[in-house]
Amino acid sequence: MSTTLADYAAPNPISRNRSGVIGRAVDRYEGPLKVSGTAPYAYEVETPSPPVYGVLVEAAIGCGVVTAVDDAAARAAPGVKLVWHAFHRPADQPEKGARSYVGSQSGAKPVFAEPNVRFFGQPVAFVAADTLENACFAAELVRVTYEETPGDFVFDPLQGEICDGESRVGDFEAAFAEAPIQLDETYSTPIENHCQMEPCATTAWWDGEVLTVHTSVQMVKPPQHLLAETLRIPRANVHLLSRYIGGGFGGKGSTYEDLEMAAMASRALGQPVKIALTRRQMFNATVHRPATVQRVRLGATPDGRLTAFALEAVTHCARGAPFIERAANFSRGLYAAPNRLTGHALQTLDIAVASAMRAPGEASGMLSLECAMDQLAEQLGLDPIELRIRNEAEVDPETGHPHSARQLVECMTDGARSFGWDKRNPRPGQVRDGEWLVGMGMAAAIRGNFLLPAKAAMRVEADGRVIVRQGMTDIGTGSYTIIAQIAAETMGVPIERVVVEIGDSGFAPAPGSGGQFGAASAGSAVYEGGMLMRRTLAGMAAGDPASPIYGAAAEDIDFRDGLITASNKSETLAALVSRLMPSGVEVVGDSTPVAESRTFSQHAYGAHFVEVGVNIVTGEPRLRRMLGVFACGRILNAKTARSQITGGMIWGVGQALSEFNAVDPRYGSLIAQDLGGYLAPVHADIVDLDAYFLDEVDDKANPLGIKGVGEVGICGAGAAVANAIYNACGARIRDYPITPDKLLPFLPELI
Amino acid sequence: MRPFTYERAADAAGAAKAAAETPGARFLAGGTNLLDLMKLDIEQPAHLVDVGRLPLARIEDAPGGALRIGAMASNSAVAADARVRRAYPVLAQALLSGGSPQLRNKASVGGNLLQRTRCAYFYDTAKPCNKRQPGAGCAAIGGLNRMSAILGTSDACIAAHPSDMAVALSALNATVETVAPDGGQRVIDIDDLHRLPGETPQVETSLAPGELITAVVLPPPPAGGQRYRKVRDRASYASGLASVAVAGDRIALGGVALKPWRAHKAEAALKAGAPPMAAAEVELAAADGHGGADFKVRLTCRLMTAVVLEAQR
Repeated sequence: MSTTLADYAAPNPISRNRSGVIGRAVDRYEGPLKVSGTAPYAYEVETPSPPVYGVLVEAAIGCGVVTAVDDAAARAAPGVKLVWHAFHRPADQPEKGARSYVGSQSGAKPVFAEPNVRFFGQPVAFVAADTLENACFAAELVRVTYEETPGDFVFDPLQGEICDGESRVGDFEAAFAEAPIQLDETYSTPIENHCQMEPCATTAWWDGEVLTVHTSVQMVKPPQHLLAETLRIPRANVHLLSRYIGGGFGGKGSTYEDLEMAAMASRALGQPVKIALTRRQMFNATVHRPATVQRVRLGATPDGRLTAFALEAVTHCARGAPFIERAANFSRGLYAAPNRLTGHALQTLDIAVASAMRAPGEASGMLSLECAMDQLAEQLGLDPIELRIRNEAEVDPETGHPHSARQLVECMTDGARSFGWDKRNPRPGQVRDGEWLVGMGMAAAIRGNFLLPAKAAMRVEADGRVIVRQGMTDIGTGSYTIIAQIAAETMGVPIERVVVEIGDSGFAPAPGSGGQFGAASAGSAVYEGGMLMRRTLAGMAAGDPASPIYGAAAEDIDFRDGLITASNKSETLAALVSRLMPSGVEVVGDSTPVAESRTFSQHAYGAHFVEVGVNIVTGEPRLRRMLGVFACGRILNAKTARSQITGGMIWGVGQALSEFNAVDPRYGSLIAQDLGGYLAPVHADIVDLDAYFLDEVDDKANPLGIKGVGEVGICGAGAAVANAIYNACGARIRDYPITPDKLLPFLPELI
Repeated sequence: MRPFTYERAADAAGAAKAAAETPGARFLAGGTNLLDLMKLDIEQPAHLVDVGRLPLARIEDAPGGALRIGAMASNSAVAADARVRRAYPVLAQALLSGGSPQLRNKASVGGNLLQRTRCAYFYDTAKPCNKRQPGAGCAAIGGLNRMSAILGTSDACIAAHPSDMAVALSALNATVETVAPDGGQRVIDIDDLHRLPGETPQVETSLAPGELITAVVLPPPPAGGQRYRKVRDRASYASGLASVAVAGDRIALGGVALKPWRAHKAEAALKAGAPPMAAAEVELAAADGHGGADFKVRLTCRLMTAVVLEAQR
């Protein structure tokens, strides 16, 4: 059942929201399990028989070939069941990337298929033993000999090659040359790591020909397909589950050796196998957000209208794993300027794989442009908000498409009032609080909104419970909860009567979590399933002489309080279903994005306001308070949405102040390989942080009128911090993160 | 982690004896550092002598107005002790700027003194490190060494000592009481406990094999103000870029050397009437940041200046 845009305007249970459950701060559906430690994460799932524990051995070089593996000691170690590496691996594996099945979303991934070491920390051997301790010990006994070859480890923006096409509007070069006010600055952002609380982990076992795999992933279909291809078994024989996930942030949009290794080792051993990556492996052997170097050029009139705009970004990816951190894309939809140039260049390196991290593109790119806008405002003598208002785009500045719903200016002006922006002294270095130089900064936020095809199975049981089953995931975002809310309101039942089961490859397919498309895509399918169920139940009741609403016209039938009603008569869903279909009624909702939706420029928007202190002795920059104001369509759940937004903002503070990784040019390895070396913000860093949403319904986005909130919170957040630091102490640091050492040279001498 | 044997010590002298007699033995106290390092295969003890339940956790008055802190007193307990807070606030401040509450609850005073460097190359077992493998070389030299030491380094090692507590103890002229495997006891000045790397960075202290720290003794507090201050990349739970402890006219530096760095030259300069910044510059004159840590020189001078002035207030 597909929906057209016209249908969205029809009376819609989500819009009517008669029970008020849409938007309410409903507690997390699975919260009690998580806070009581009883939610079984992938590694903790109980196995049908005692498991074997697997441990991966990491490459100690950055580039080269494994020439020999001495595994004799490991094999002889206590409890060891199996050792695999390039010279002793499962036989009869398919070719890497092979796809035997129609529509596979992933190719085969044979284990240790090649002796090559492509990056430092790459798994080069695998050990399974009866206990985790024995497996760890045996792993330390594996002796790997390498032949090192020189690798490209150093990110050099000059070595980037233009990729992905430039986007040009008008004649940027000419307009920039003629612009009376010019800005030309270069910014750099470092490698960032995801730091999910739960590491990647898999528990796998076989029951005859059927493989059951519990793993920690953002999407359930691609890994199911990967296993089917790798193991050469029918897709239907791979039952992949991901019920509870301790953070993904894009890093679990890929899968790692734990997945296929657990499945293959379990098959080889005839026992369940558990594998979890170590924290070190999470840093070295999964993915990261690549570093960028970005050049921003702005040309403006003296009254602050942009005439020329360019954002060119260089980034890096791993050899054989193309990925572009599209740091310029967001800017194509942000500010009006008649002459525009945006594009990306890419350098291939022999380091770990670069891939998606929360708001890929925006989270890097807004760190440059939104600081450049702050600097331009100062050059022009304009308030930074006023400069942005003067360049507000009436329509999408590149495509010319109308906006679906855009309250960027309202976010800025409303936020300015709430924050007390009028108290900001535009001259830097003027406000002092004891040893602290105090400053304020702001930045805009934008993040594209997407709708992907999704399905959802909806059941009404004979006892009246509504069951939703969907191949969706909840990576800590609140998917379970908003699905329950949508189902409850659509079916007119109390939320306590809704059961949500997700994270299962056997369920109706949904795109999973990523790109802040999850709630809109999965939620729309739940809504469609609910509407189809309403029609189905209405037809059953109206056609059943035993029903009190027998013969009612379809337009008179309604669903509320667990009842199906028509003109003052009603019966419970339980009565209807138990009478007519005691085994339960099931339908599948299908949400397919309509082509028309692409003729609107669709984004979530926001504005960040930050007050920082910079210690005049030490240069330590510390957040004092932060406010984010966002417009993201209808908000499904005030609590989980706010948590998503503030989580993003906090990450933005980390980007600005402390999070970075770097490659040692001699070894190709990351310098920070654990949470002690990679500094994400801690509680003491985030003292006074708040966020709220403006009222909005985006009726062009989807039948729910919602937009994604998972990623827009990080977009621009770090730039607001950087701008506040400039306002505090006059140091315009364009090399993130802004650590004390970078601010020291700008501080006054002490006597 | 490698297999190891384990015993729980019955008394301090017995623990020392057991540690001396068993090849590859290490003491286990709070375990907040040793166990992590064992899991990472950096520490590979064959035997653990658990001293965690020895009756060494008391904080008690000692003759001459001193305070004796048992080696097994937790960092939290010491920081919360009323006598410490009143008479040795620099120590309480230093303790509370280290680790996290959970770590401080488990970490012992003796273990805090003996914790090992947080140098990233010490932690990465794929890299040469003279502490882990004497003679292998030092990957931090010429590497990404922003967190490295700037004073007292050698061609063999530029790691920094991570303890905050030890820096305060240095400024307080604390002493360390030990028991040897033969039952003999001795007292070591805090500044003689840790060694600079020299050619043997794997030898980190002046303790003999099996020698066990049983207590730290604080002499009566010096006249004058006390203050500990630490600069770090985030507000809590991070290694110091630099730290300064001032107790009266005594100054010690942290994050700048492989031991708490008693700033004798700066103390002398101050006594001779030099302004604080000039005194700091005298102390740091020989500093070498090896590129990545160059900024620490200026940072430490500024911090020392500020803390000296604060303590005088």
